[in-house]
Amino acid sequence: MPEKTVIIGSRSGLHARPAKMFVQAAARQGVAVRIRVGDRPPVPATSMLGVLALGAEHGTAVILQADGPGAEEALDSLAELLSRDLDAEEPADA
Amino acid sequence: MPEAVHGLGVSPGRAAGPAYRMAGPPVLPPAGPVADPARESALAAQALRDVAEHLERHAARASNPQAREILEAQSLIAADPALLESAEEGIAAGLGAAHALDAACARHREALLAAGGYFADRAGDLDDIRNRAVAAVLGLPMPGVPDPGHPYILIADDLAPADTAGLDPATVLALVTEKGGPTSHTAILARTLGLPAVVACRDAAGIDDGTLLGVDGNTGYVEVGIAEDVAAAIRLEAAARRERRAAGHGPGRTADGHPVALLLNIGSAHDLRAPEDAEGVGLFRTEFLFLDRRDAPSFEEQVAAYTAVLRALPGRRVVIRTLDAGSDKPLPFLRLPGEANPALGVRGLRTSRVRPEILDTQLDALAEAARGSDAETWVMAPMVSTVAEAAAFARRARERGLRHVGAMVEVPAAALHARRLLEVVDFLSIGTNDLGQYAFAADRQHGELADLLDPWQPGLLQLIAMCAEAGREASKPVGVCGEAAADPLLATVLAGLGVRSLSMAAPAVPDVRDALARRSLAECEAGARRALAAEGPAEARAAAGDAAG
Repeated sequence: MPEKTVIIGSRSGLHARPAKMFVQAAARQGVAVRIRVGDRPPVPATSMLGVLALGAEHGTAVILQADGPGAEEALDSLAELLSRDLDAEEPADA
Repeated sequence: MPEAVHGLGVSPGRAAGPAYRMAGPPVLPPAGPVADPARESALAAQALRDVAEHLERHAARASNPQAREILEAQSLIAADPALLESAEEGIAAGLGAAHALDAACARHREALLAAGGYFADRAGDLDDIRNRAVAAVLGLPMPGVPDPGHPYILIADDLAPADTAGLDPATVLALVTEKGGPTSHTAILARTLGLPAVVACRDAAGIDDGTLLGVDGNTGYVEVGIAEDVAAAIRLEAAARRERRAAGHGPGRTADGHPVALLLNIGSAHDLRAPEDAEGVGLFRTEFLFLDRRDAPSFEEQVAAYTAVLRALPGRRVVIRTLDAGSDKPLPFLRLPGEANPALGVRGLRTSRVRPEILDTQLDALAEAARGSDAETWVMAPMVSTVAEAAAFARRARERGLRHVGAMVEVPAAALHARRLLEVVDFLSIGTNDLGQYAFAADRQHGELADLLDPWQPGLLQLIAMCAEAGREASKPVGVCGEAAADPLLATVLAGLGVRSLSMAAPAVPDVRDALARRSLAECEAGARRALAAEGPAEARAAAGDAAG
């Protein structure tokens, strides 16, 4: 199954706003994406609770995985999002 | 005749409007046998959907972007299929919908707590969702801030930060709580939003929803069941006050032109919404850089954060407090052991006894940021108790080229030795919240002891007077940066005691500026003398009001 490893770029980790943006972006993908840290079991990228419970901090490596048509594009787009410091970016609608 | 109930006025101003109470968390009924699991599943699903939609609607309406983010994240948690799955598992095991939702939230709450650090902070979101979902299933009023669809006065047992994240200052006219003290979250929030507030008002428990109230945040009186014409008069007065606040500008001074600097309390550059109007910053809390993380922030990161604030205020004073954390405000990377009595433990400057390198890096970064800006950079240490501590801090700061070095006065011993402290530092800044807590041996969080924490306590004023007197003798500035500085009448008393700067949350500035501008320095001094001589806080308040006319 295609996988992609990415380092969390947000200063506060995959938490609060970055987690929200990630979960929302995952829900927009046409393919089911899962996310994990190390050898721990993966959780659906669309589950806010699952994503928060990963405890992924700034600098943590997370592994995204997806299968089927569009999987590569989904992984690329979500990995790019996670690599940015989302805390430093202004809310789009504020 | 309307009836009056009384509490502590903690945020000035008057307001009139109907009362609405924040409902408490729902209580689970005894668990009973479940007749129709499919129906329970449908109830649980509907409840979570309702909660998610409710939170989303509130998010869309929230005026503050930060509040909106919190509500959106909460809505995503409520809508998380994993939460419903857990509830369905509970139902399959024989629970009713309410109990299954309670157990599901508890389970995910544990998972977040296990993730630790700031992920664990989200556990409170699950409590909130649990309360809302259980209330929805049981048909109880939705806990949280009420939403009557028109402006109202919020009545609550007490308010926690989570309760008030979605609080809209355009619909909430005033806050009245049964518990809380002058330094409680409710009080600080009210002053930040510029809302009149009365706390520690036990009899507010008896106020029914919809009753017309008149709230006076100065005196702490709440009139219950007032007539519509009385309410209209109060509304007129409140509007006049808002106009006056909007009209005032410029530096703080008494009616006869004696300057009293009005400075801002900030946590980061984000809090400086209109830096061009500010005389300066009297308290830059640097904790925000250190919160939510496992390692200390790097030198470069700190330089950038301090520079952002200093550059916004060219030519003006910016008083920066070094890290104020410890066993009372634990930070994971400090790796401090738990303490039986954290308020009296390793906190503030004392943290540098065990982790000196953190303060060294911070002072290096402050010196670097100061070199790169035109602002007057003042640096002070929190929780200084002895002259030796102040001297050691001053030496470390001056070695790095920092020229204005000060100590906070929060410990009574420091106030008693204010004169000696000023032999080794350049200024003092009095933190009235902690000074009150330590002088009166009363926990700041303790609702039953709110009267002891009243900043109008003459004993506290006496300690402030000693510091101000020491400042006058040494010709060195003494300021106040606690919540006391935000109380307009008390601000005139502090000015009368000889305090040269007052630092407060930005929304408090207009009222304080207005109060100072209406009194001469001599009137402020007369008020201060009467307040010092008063028997208790209420008498001090009344005496200062009389003296100032």
